Amino acid sequence: MNRIQTLYKSIIGKKVIAAVTGLILFGFLLGHVAGNLKVFTGKNAEGIPHIDEYGQFLKVAGEPLLPAGALLWGARLVLLTSVILHITVVVQLAMLSAEARPVSYVKSKKKAASLPALWMMFSGSLIAGFIVFHILHFTTGTIQLGAFEHGYVYNNLRSSFSNPFVAGGYIFVMLVIGVHLNHGVWSMFQTLGIDNPDRNQFLRTASTAVTMAIILGFIAVPASFLFGLMPEAANYAHELLTGH
Amino acid sequence: MRIKLHVWRQSSRSDKGHMETYELDNVVAEMSFLEMMDTLNEKLTVEGKEPVAFDHDCREGVCGMCSMVINGEAHGPKSKTTTCQLYMRHFDDGAEIFIEPWRASAFPVVRDLVVDRSAFDRIIQAGGYVSNHSGPKPDPNSIPIEPSVAETALDAATCIGCGACVAACPNGSAMLFTSAKASHLGMLPQGQPERFDRAKSMVSQMESEGFGSCRNYAECEAQCPKGISIAFIGRLNSDFLKASLVEPIDRRGDMKAQ
Repeated sequence: MNRIQTLYKSIIGKKVIAAVTGLILFGFLLGHVAGNLKVFTGKNAEGIPHIDEYGQFLKVAGEPLLPAGALLWGARLVLLTSVILHITVVVQLAMLSAEARPVSYVKSKKKAASLPALWMMFSGSLIAGFIVFHILHFTTGTIQLGAFEHGYVYNNLRSSFSNPFVAGGYIFVMLVIGVHLNHGVWSMFQTLGIDNPDRNQFLRTASTAVTMAIILGFIAVPASFLFGLMPEAANYAHELLTGH
Repeated sequence: MRIKLHVWRQSSRSDKGHMETYELDNVVAEMSFLEMMDTLNEKLTVEGKEPVAFDHDCREGVCGMCSMVINGEAHGPKSKTTTCQLYMRHFDDGAEIFIEPWRASAFPVVRDLVVDRSAFDRIIQAGGYVSNHSGPKPDPNSIPIEPSVAETALDAATCIGCGACVAACPNGSAMLFTSAKASHLGMLPQGQPERFDRAKSMVSQMESEGFGSCRNYAECEAQCPKGISIAFIGRLNSDFLKASLVEPIDRRGDMKAQ
C-alpha cells in the first residue's frame, strides 16, 4: 500500500494510473461494441431480438454462482472508479503543468504534437459529459429522446436513432472518442514504458486500427437505424424475456 | 539583409518584462544568429541603450548555453541545431523574428533572454552519477558491452542540458532531459548499481523543481538540438515503475516457510 501511495504522489505514477484506468475503459469499450453488434444478428425463435436477450443476460450474468446483478454492479463499480481516477489524475497533472509555465509564449509553434494529443482535455471533457448523458438516455431512461421502455433495447434504439439529431449526435461523439483513443491508446504504451523504436510503428498502427474498428462498430448502430436499414420494431411480451 | 526583431526585455527576476521591437538593416546572411544579436547589442550600446542579455559560450553547438525561443521554436526553425549554429541565411530578407526566453517556472528569467537553469544541475546531483572504485586503473575494454547498447547510451549522452525540451514542451516537462541523463548511465554496466535508486531520486528532484508532466506529445524530441528520442522517456518510466513497485525495499529481512 505504501508503494501505491508513493507512486500516486509522483508525476509518472499519476500518468501510470491514467494509463491503467484508460486501459480498463478501453477494455470496456471493446466489450460494449461487441455487445452492440448483436443488434444486427436478428431475433430468436420467440421473436425476441438478440440485443434484448443480451441486455437481460448482463443483468443476470454470474448466476447462480453470484446473486443476480452482482457481476453487473461489480463491473459498474470498477468502471466508475476508473472514470473517477482517470479524470482526477489528469486534472491534477493539468493543474501542475499550468503552474509549470506561468508566462506563455508570445509566439509558439508545434513541430510534432498532434491535434488529437493537444485536444485530449477537450475530447475527454466531452466524453465525460456524454457518459452521463448516455446513461440517463439508454440505461435509466430519464432523458427521453423517443419512446423508452426498460428491457426493450432494440425498440428503444430504433425509436431514438430514427431521429437524425440523436443519431447524428451519437455519431459525432463516437468520432470524438476515436480522436481521444487514437492518442490515448498509444500513449498508454509509452507511459508504461512498453513502446520502443522497434515496436513504435506497430503499436501506433495497431492503436489506430483497433480504435477505428471500435468506432466504426459503434457508428454502425445509429447509422443503420438512421438510414432505415434495420427491421421493424419487435413485438413480444416482456415476460418472455425475463422468464428466460 | 534587413530584419525586424521582437525581443523579450526584462530588467530583473522581479520585473514583469515586455516585448520590444528593433530594426536591423546591416545583417549579413553569413552571420550566425548570435553574431546578429551581437550586432544588435553594438547598435544598442552606440545608441546609449541597454544591450540585450543572452547566454552563450562555446558557439559551436556543444555547451547548451544559447537558450532562445525563436519564432516559437526552441533554438529556432532549423531542426537538430542550436541557436549558435543557426545562420541568418536560414531567414528571409525582411523577416520578422520573435525572440523569447525559455518559459518555465523552474527556469526563472534572470534578465532578458537569460534564464536560471540550476534546476537541471540539481536533478543531476540527485542521481546522475556512478560509483567508482579508486584503485588501479582497469584494463581498457575489460567490461563487455553490446555495441548497440553502448551507442544508445551515447545517444542519450549527447544531451547538452540546454533546456530546449522544457521550453518546447506545452507542459513545461523536463522528462526528456531527466530520462536522457538517467538512461546514459542506466544502460551501461557501470551504471547498474544505482540504476533504480537513480530513477527514483532524479524523478523526485525533477518534481520538486516544479516541472510539468509529460503528455507524450514528442514536441521535446522534435525541438531537441541533439534529436534525443522519447524512447528514453519510456525507458525512465519503466525503470521508475520497477523501482517503485517491483524492486525489493528489504532485501535482507527474515523469511519464514509455511
